[in-house]
Amino acid sequence: MTNQTTAVSTPASTPRSEPLLSVRGVSKYFPGGSSGLLGRRGKPIKAVDGVSFSVEQGQTLGLVGESGCGKSTTGRVISKLLEPTSGEIRFNGRDIAGLKPREMRAYRSEIQMIFQDPFSSLNPRHTVGTIVGAPFRIQGVKPDHGIKAEVQSMMERVGLNPEHYNRYPHEFSGGQRQRIGIARALALRPKLIVCDEPVSALDVSVQAQVVNLLEDLQQEFGVAFVFIAHDLSVVRHIADRVAVMYLGKIMEIADRDTLYSEPLHPYTHALMSAVPVPDPRKERRRERILLTGDLPSPSNPPTGCVFHTRCQKFREELTDVQQDRCRTELPVLTEKTPGHEVYCHFPAPRAGLTDLLKTGVPA
Amino acid sequence: MTTPLLAPAFRADGSKRPFLEVKDLRVHFPTADGLVKSVDGLSFELERGEILGIVGESGSGKSVTSLAILGLHKGSNAMVTGEIWLDGREIVAATEEEVRDLRGSEMGMIFQDPLSSLHPFYSVGTQISEAYLVHTKVSKKDAKAEAIRMLEKVGIPNAPNRYNDYPHQFSGGMRQRAMIAMALICQPQLLIADEPTTALDVTVQAQILELIKELHDELNSAVILITHDLGVVAETCDKVLVMYGGQCVEKGLVDDLFYAPEMPYTWGLLRSMPRMDRDRQTRLTPIPGSPPSLINVPSGCVFNTRCPFTDRVDGDKCRTVHPDLQQGATPGHEVRCHIPTAQRQEIWLTEISPNL
Repeated sequence: MTNQTTAVSTPASTPRSEPLLSVRGVSKYFPGGSSGLLGRRGKPIKAVDGVSFSVEQGQTLGLVGESGCGKSTTGRVISKLLEPTSGEIRFNGRDIAGLKPREMRAYRSEIQMIFQDPFSSLNPRHTVGTIVGAPFRIQGVKPDHGIKAEVQSMMERVGLNPEHYNRYPHEFSGGQRQRIGIARALALRPKLIVCDEPVSALDVSVQAQVVNLLEDLQQEFGVAFVFIAHDLSVVRHIADRVAVMYLGKIMEIADRDTLYSEPLHPYTHALMSAVPVPDPRKERRRERILLTGDLPSPSNPPTGCVFHTRCQKFREELTDVQQDRCRTELPVLTEKTPGHEVYCHFPAPRAGLTDLLKTGVPA
Repeated sequence: MTTPLLAPAFRADGSKRPFLEVKDLRVHFPTADGLVKSVDGLSFELERGEILGIVGESGSGKSVTSLAILGLHKGSNAMVTGEIWLDGREIVAATEEEVRDLRGSEMGMIFQDPLSSLHPFYSVGTQISEAYLVHTKVSKKDAKAEAIRMLEKVGIPNAPNRYNDYPHQFSGGMRQRAMIAMALICQPQLLIADEPTTALDVTVQAQILELIKELHDELNSAVILITHDLGVVAETCDKVLVMYGGQCVEKGLVDDLFYAPEMPYTWGLLRSMPRMDRDRQTRLTPIPGSPPSLINVPSGCVFNTRCPFTDRVDGDKCRTVHPDLQQGATPGHEVRCHIPTAQRQEIWLTEISPNL
């Protein structure tokens, strides 16, 4: 390889069927804390443990799960803010998992990130113009009409007043700040943006504005999103495909409509039953699956299926023989119907859960 | 002490006061930029055994209201006027010591962020038993026993051992449980929960809401639940108060608010939520613009700058005349809007409800 950038700009060499991003068996272990007098390393913390998925060009993959499930770490590994411990990340036809930071720089313009907290992700001492213009300066890109004109048109595109070019982040509201973050991420027209809880900190009315904006921009620029969120209703709205994570592993992955109409994994059932819906009568009638206890430690995950310690199906429906299997045998992510993969020994739809959510008519 | 203690529980006109009555509450903060009217003329009533949800965007005055009820603005530069009657005692005019006595015993509070509300230097158990020691005359040993009992009650496994743990050793959900144990150890008759589940995952949120409901049933307390999530309100509350720009714009029973809301702002909130229980919309309908400045509150109706229905009102009334909170279609349902009730109902039925 003589020139890194040629590989980026000539995706022609890749077969057309290959997705934009394809993640195979990616793990990220953090070293465990030192313990004892000798300061020996404890067990590694398996934040992400062998996840595989792919994202097509211009599509959105939703990553959902509780805090600590590894969804943010996954996002950071994809954008190479963290080095994966093992696995393969093919982006645009090339494995970028092992690239060194210098080699990675060429890809930075193609993979960008939007962060959750619009307050701490913008440098308070830089003006909006500097913040949104930074990617051009760092990558050495010179737009036709100069950086300022480009930044201002970008600001206008995301719904900010271009005259506010010289203002500082504190002069903007939370929703506007998130727009600044979006403008910065989009500045170099990336192919993929990893959005880590981009609307969680916003009020519902503003959240809807930002979600709509992200959808418009996806249409316009054909950018793909990895959309990390814990809010299943927002993910249902924006994602084309959804992966549910628990303790560093993918529990279930399917197309949006399949996942929301026929979830097969008990953990997905629990998550869905916990989402409050703004309809008091439905709320009074619906079944709620309460997960007991807390998330187990990712440095010492349960044997067998990682979810069995909190699984309501394991507790209530399975026979002793079946339970033994959950306790001892590691499930594999298996394709049940085309495109619908589940990590469970006994996957099954759950009656009553989805019909009430979907069309339940108030009594 | 011969004067009957019950006397203050009645109003001047002889009618009985509700358990909690907030009357024309105003909380204003003088700042360098001008007077911030965080809460401006808020009134509501709450009986024991009821759960009231206060809904609104950030900056709508929800939390400032709860702090006023707890008397926590005393000693700050906030200017608080109006009346707050809790079980026959007035709080706005009371001294700091009097309110401190009530706080913890009569009223308990659960804050949004359990990590910053728990002291990192003291063990969780110590902090919980401290609340009990302050308000009851018991030995430290009894207080510890009571704290452990409370920890067990809120579902902390292995409570006697966890008593000595520090906040950082607890997970987010467990910290929130510990906060609830602390708020409830003196069996308060009024519990104020300010965004108790906002920082938590949905699964933990479901557990915590379930816990609050259980404890509310057991103690027959009045509960104020402050949240921006209408789903949480639908799940938990009996009554709802919608706040916007420091004012109540609509209040009523939970069914009124969700099945026959009359205020355009409430419609906007309902419309902007992506909903799991409906067919997926191709596009969300946000409320345009952003919340108003509390220094230069819009003249006329507070919501007029973002309201899509101002053209339904004759003339410039929305921009010039401040609407009163008036009864809507049913008694107990109050709305602050210039559009006549019948027309509002029609808009809801024909334009809003079918598109949710």
